[in-house]
Amino acid sequence: MTSLSFELTIGILKIFSFVVPVLVSVALLVYLERKVLGAVQLRKGPNVVGPFGILQSFADVLKLLTKENLLPSSSNKFLFIFAPMLTLILSLIAWAVIPISSTYVIANINIGILYLFAVSSFGVYGVIIAGWASNSKYPFLGALRSAAQMISYEVSIGFVIITVLICVGSLNLIDIVESQKNMWFAIPLLPMFVIFIISALAETNRLPFDLPEDEATLVAGFFTEYSSISFGLFFLAEYANMILMSSLTVILFLGGWYPPIDIFPLNAIPGIFWFVIKVFLILFVFLWVRATFPRYRYDQLMRLGWKIFLPFTLIWVVITSAFLFYFGLLPN
Amino acid sequence: MTTLIKYIKSFTLFELIKGLKLTITYFFKPKVTLNYPNQKGPISPRFRGEHALRRYPNGEERCIACKLCEAVCPAQAITIEAEPKPDGSRRTTRYDIDMTKCIYCGLCEEACPVDAIVEGPNFEYATETREELLYDKEKLLRNGDIWEKQISENLKRDSKYR
Repeated sequence: MTSLSFELTIGILKIFSFVVPVLVSVALLVYLERKVLGAVQLRKGPNVVGPFGILQSFADVLKLLTKENLLPSSSNKFLFIFAPMLTLILSLIAWAVIPISSTYVIANINIGILYLFAVSSFGVYGVIIAGWASNSKYPFLGALRSAAQMISYEVSIGFVIITVLICVGSLNLIDIVESQKNMWFAIPLLPMFVIFIISALAETNRLPFDLPEDEATLVAGFFTEYSSISFGLFFLAEYANMILMSSLTVILFLGGWYPPIDIFPLNAIPGIFWFVIKVFLILFVFLWVRATFPRYRYDQLMRLGWKIFLPFTLIWVVITSAFLFYFGLLPN
Repeated sequence: MTTLIKYIKSFTLFELIKGLKLTITYFFKPKVTLNYPNQKGPISPRFRGEHALRRYPNGEERCIACKLCEAVCPAQAITIEAEPKPDGSRRTTRYDIDMTKCIYCGLCEEACPVDAIVEGPNFEYATETREELLYDKEKLLRNGDIWEKQISENLKRDSKYR
């Protein structure tokens, strides 16, 4: 009995050791986004709250918490409240299988990548439910767009993941990282890496693919009717998803916790440091892309997803497996 | 051949990388933001800000109640009432400016024959209630006393262009 409660305590502590840094990084990421966008537009960005404005996101959270939570009178109350919770929970439970070092992971399951894929597919439910429960036209249109977009890009993400899996021969995330000890997959699978990053942008509804919340046509998209902390939860979930997708990119392509070159001063630094650095590098690319490109039109988005990425990734799966088979490099 | 180049360009994301290169150069450029309350932009001597009624160096009001400003004001924001003083000079008993009506055109300033009503360099006079923006003579004279140094300097600097 005592050993069970001991294990439970350890498990809960382990979960907190993931969730709390993720939420803090969300705050940091929001701040970083505003700073990066400001810098690209020759502005300074937030610099008043705390040193260099680093506490700005916490001030914003406090503001959101003190606001009134409005419920539209024609909405489905239960689903309206439930949708943001679902979105946030889904974006947090995915962290259960993310390994930040060769030993530190909450659940080291042998189908980690499938679990991640399943959970991120579920993410669309939060959006759909929110759009439908609001009982208002713009959220509804936003939700429909979001559903179509996330499903389209999950197909190409699926093929990218299959390519990596062919090279590794395991669905376990730790195995995937450890097979990149000598060569990161970003180098031999460069086209796949680029497609994965672009699809990750679409999957997390980031610019230039943020059509579900396209303010020019849909007010704020699926969370138009949300206010106060239920809006905050969507916001949190979106950024947590961004961090999740970029850590997935790091695990699949950038060698997780391994240093860039396996030489003395670099491999003495703990792996978590490299992992965090790489995640924030990918996040910077996300923000950089946001600062650079205008939003895609909806039909262009669908064309890119189905007519370019899908055939391209499909062909690349065939090429990679043929190459590995021909040279006898297939893992057992 | 051109189609081939077009395909190669689009598959290597040539244009997109060019765009990313441009934004990253801007990322490292010096920023143009002013830290407003601590740091302020330069103001022209002609700047038309908050109104003020000036006095002569001996403390006497400049305004002679000619009512030219009241007449010229396109927004009809100025209200003047006048009476002769015991010493026989004409002076205002009431000089109100409704700052919510004022359009800051500067015509009152130009109409004034004695440089009494001026628009000073102050632009930070936001208030919490509307009533505080209905300025009376006392408030305008006080503004004149506060800003006199800068106002007279600005008038001197601008005089050669008038």
